[in-house]
Parts: sequence; C-alpha cells; structure tokens
Amino acid sequence: MISLAGRDIMHAWGKFVFTGVGLGLLIGVTLTMAGVYRGMVDDAKALLDNSGADLWVVQKDTLGPYAESSSLYDDTYRSLLSISGVARAANITYLTMQVQEGGRDVRAMVVGVVSGSPVQPGQPSYLISGRQITRGHYEAVADIASGFKLGQSIQIRRNHYTVVGLTRRMVSSGGDPMVFIPLKDAQEAQFLKDNDAIVQQRRRTAENPAFNRPNVPGLLDQVIASQSTNAFVNAVLVQIKPGFSAEEVAEPIRHWKRLQVYTRTQMQSILVGKLIATSAKQIAMFLVILAVVSAAIVAFIIYTLTMGKIREIAVLKLIGTKNRTIAGMIMQQALGLGVIGFVVGKVSATFWAPIFPKYVLLEPGDAIRGFFAVMLICVLASLLAIRAALKVDPAEAIGG
Amino acid sequence: MADYFAKGIHIEGLRKRYGEGDTAVDALKDVNMIVAPGEVVGLVGPSGSGKSTLLKCLGAVIEPTAGRMTLGDQLIYDNSWQIKDLRALRRDKIGFVFQAPYLIPFLDVTDNVALLPMLAGHANAYSRQCALALLQALDVAHRAKAMPSQLSGGEQQRVSIARALVNRPPVILADEPTAPLDSERALAVIRILNQMARQYQTAIIVVTHDEKIIPIFKRIYHIRDGKTHEEAGEGRAFE
Repeated sequence: MISLAGRDIMHAWGKFVFTGVGLGLLIGVTLTMAGVYRGMVDDAKALLDNSGADLWVVQKDTLGPYAESSSLYDDTYRSLLSISGVARAANITYLTMQVQEGGRDVRAMVVGVVSGSPVQPGQPSYLISGRQITRGHYEAVADIASGFKLGQSIQIRRNHYTVVGLTRRMVSSGGDPMVFIPLKDAQEAQFLKDNDAIVQQRRRTAENPAFNRPNVPGLLDQVIASQSTNAFVNAVLVQIKPGFSAEEVAEPIRHWKRLQVYTRTQMQSILVGKLIATSAKQIAMFLVILAVVSAAIVAFIIYTLTMGKIREIAVLKLIGTKNRTIAGMIMQQALGLGVIGFVVGKVSATFWAPIFPKYVLLEPGDAIRGFFAVMLICVLASLLAIRAALKVDPAEAIGG
Repeated sequence: MADYFAKGIHIEGLRKRYGEGDTAVDALKDVNMIVAPGEVVGLVGPSGSGKSTLLKCLGAVIEPTAGRMTLGDQLIYDNSWQIKDLRALRRDKIGFVFQAPYLIPFLDVTDNVALLPMLAGHANAYSRQCALALLQALDVAHRAKAMPSQLSGGEQQRVSIARALVNRPPVILADEPTAPLDSERALAVIRILNQMARQYQTAIIVVTHDEKIIPIFKRIYHIRDGKTHEEAGEGRAFE
C-alpha cells in the first residue's frame, strides 16, 4: 500500500515545508525556554561546584549567602578550623554590583576571597589565562563573560583593580559573571560609605556624650575607628577531610557554634527550589502556553488541509478506503509536520542559543522529551481533523 | 434466466423514504430494474426524480426502506442489508464514475487507478500492472506518470473509468459522466463504457439528463416520481 500521507506531502511540499518552518521556529522558542531553565539550574550548580566548598556556614536562621543576606564575624573561620573533620575554612563575601571599565559598566557578582593560596575554598578553581590573586589588594580575576581582558584596570567603588587572571563558567545563580577580588577589598566595598556619610557619622558620634567623655582620652578615636572598618563576611566555606561525611562535620558546627550550616545537597535545593523557583515557574508557564499554541497551530493547519480535501476523502470512502487508512493519512501528515517542525526548531535553537546573554543549556534529554511531546501534540491536534474526515459522508461524492 | 440476471443488476420493488410522519418524502416508490452483464443502460429523469437516491442505494451509501437488490451474484439487500461490510462491497463489487473525475490530486495517474486493488490488499506491483493494462485499453497509458492536474477533461474521465474498472466489479454506476464534456467527447466516453462493459462483462448504469447522449442507449429507464419505466432506446452509438 502506498503512503497517501507521504504522497500528499510530496505533492504540496512547499506548503508543508513553510508551515513546518513556522511551527519549527515556535518549537525552537520552546526548546530555548527549556534551555534557559536548564541554564539557570546549571549556573546554580556551577556556583556551588566552583566554590570548592563542602559546607556553607552562614548566619543562624538565614538561607545565606545566595538566597538571603548573611553576616558572620570574619574570625569565625578560626574556630571552625578546630572542629573535627574540617580541612580548610575560608571567609567569603558576595556583592552584586556594576563594575566599571573604561566608559562602560558590567553587571557582575564581586566575590571577596582569601588571596594567596589557590587551594582555599572560594578561589576560582581554574583559570584560562593569567594567574590567581597573590596580593592582598587591588588584583582581580574575572569571568571571561564579563568581557574584561588581562591587564585591564577595572573600578569597584572607589578602588581600581588590575585583571590578573581570567576564568570561565564562574557565574552567579542569576547568570552574572563573577569578579574575584581580595577579601579585605571586598569587605570594604560591601560596607563603604560616601564621604558625606562618614563625616555625618563622625559628627554624630562626637556629639554622643557616651563616646566623647572628657576624662577618657582616645575613646572617641577608638569608636570612630571601629565604625570605619568592616569585620563581617557573608559566609565561611568549609572543606572537609577525607573520611568524614558532610553531615558529620556540619552537626557539631550547628550545635556548638550556633550557626547555620548547609551541605552541598541542601544548598543546591535552596538555589533551585527557592532562588530560581519563581523563574522556573515563569518558564514552565511559557512552556505550557507555547505547547498549547503549537497544538492549536498544528490542529488548525491539519484541519484546514483536511477540509480542503473533503471531496477526495468522500471519494476515498466511497471506493472502499477504510476509516483507519484515512485517519492514518491525516495523522501521518500531522506527524510529518511535527518532524519538520522539530528539526527546524532544534537547528534554530542550536544556532541562536549561544547569542543569548544568559547561559542556555540545550540538553539532549530535553530534545528527546521535546520530540515526543511534539509528536504527542501533533497526534492530539490531528484528532479534530480526523473526526471531521470520518464524519464525511461518502454520498457527498455522488451528486444530487 | 435467473442466473443470467443474477450476475448483473437486479432491483425489485425498491423504496426509499426520507423522514417520518407528516414530513416523510418517498424518494423511491417502486423501482424495478434489470441490467445484464455487458450491458449499458441509461437512467434518465428530471431533477428531483430520485436518480441520485437510486444511485446511492445501489452504491450501498444509503440504506433503502424496502425492496430487494442483487449485484453480480450477491443479494445485497432484502428489506435490510444482507452484507455487513458495505465498504468492502463498494470496493470489490461496484465501480463509480462521477460527474467530475474526482481523481486524487496527489497521486499520479497509475496510482489513482492502482489504489483500489491496493486497498483490496493486492501487492503494489500487481496493482500497478492491472492499472497500466487498463490505461492502455483506455488509450491513456502515455499519461501514466502524469498528475491529474496535467490531464485534459477527457483524459481525466478515462482515468476515472479505469479506476472504476480496475477491481473488475460486476457493476459500474456512472453519475452523469458526460456532463462537463462536449458532444464528441461525451459520445466517446459512452462508447468506452460500452466497450468496457462488453469486454469485462460489467453491468453499467449511466445516470444522465444529457439530451445529446440519451439516444445512444439501447435501453433506458425513466424515473419519474420515484418510479421507473423501461423504454427501448435507439442505441445509435453502439452500432
């Protein structure tokens, strides 16, 4: 038996191909939306992987440092080093801001890390060029997505930093490229006030009789000095010794230090389940709408094509064609349209994904699931046309 | 005699009523017809006389209200359908030729004809072989690879006759097959039908109200107010 659907498609291939291309662009958008979600999850995982930490120690009762703000004294890490199973502990700060370079500014996540030793958690785990931060001040390592070049001078708040290294895939959960700077500089940048605010604060302190006692020389200077420095960090990243489980080390910190500790799994669930949850729901809504629109388009096209062949269908039924042959013809055409659409969509998504400003991860698994979803949508969309075709009376082929 | 007619078309007391009660319309009141194998008869009548209804009943497309119909050697209707699979009956026992050829636009000439044997379960190669033999007999084999849109009206009608004949049905129902054609081509189509009827021993009913072809039938059934009346025709074209 010849393929009636195949012959019809070949006969009107232009119509099918153009319709398929239109549908394909829609499918491409759908695949890209899925890719945007995957990219967000992957960015979140990259953020955790690249930190090199096994545990995140943050302020009690917070979901810090990524989902909520968290503040710890910068000497907390010392006491953590004494906990059994802790191999390394390092302070870290995160600050999302605009980083200036020449006449432009780049939105970036500025990460304050303990400089000097690349094995410390928080340091960029690998570089694609240049070197790690070795000095205590005014050096930076930037993600290549920031567009910064080696040797360039970038400005963060009042200070200028020289880019000494470049790294890759070091991004925040929001997809902003990371710029690593020494911890002390980051602490300053995080809490730095403008000059007017500093003068105002000093005046207010001086006018406070509790801080400016005539009989206590040096008290006012000490109070002002303490107000001008920042002794806080957002989190302490902990690496554990081999042979210890994450929970085994986390529990004593929670109990004895009264701090919040998250393991890798817990932190990932915070990032995916809370930080990007709303975006994920937004994307899911888009996916549902796009799927419905795709189904409506396929249904409309197949229905229109079928209605254009009513007389032929009546003749086919009159000369003894089985209903399942006619239904099969319509369904195969819908599936054919779906295949054309999927191929166009996949190719389009592959081509345009790299030019998106945020990371778009097109996973083969999503493509396979997308293919079956498209096929299912095409099958469902063809039911309307099949119903109409099966209702055609073969008597319509006979005049009168 | 009974055997002879049993292989053509035999209709006795066929009735068809549309609707019920006060709104009921008797489209066919008492139709009696006999068409022998190899014979072509005309069925003529004014619009609304019941021609198309009779054709639809014969084509197993609509169910009559009462009567008896035999197609070939098979009793198909005796106050109810005697056959379960009417679709297979239409495919295997009845050939249709329509006013317009209604060829499938996305199949070439050969496959338009070969489709029927394929639907009946025959192999593609065998089906195409049968189709080509018929196209040759109808003098359109040179257009075997052409698409329907590339054919003239006469060629299309000959292809549709080939399609009607390809499964060797004992009966062909032709619904005004000459309507869109000029006198010369109309005559040619009727001659072809006559030739095919003799060659394949097929009983053919040609529904028409085309005055120019009525004189060419040997036998004519007039249908008026749902009743048939047999008349002898001039049979000019068949001589």
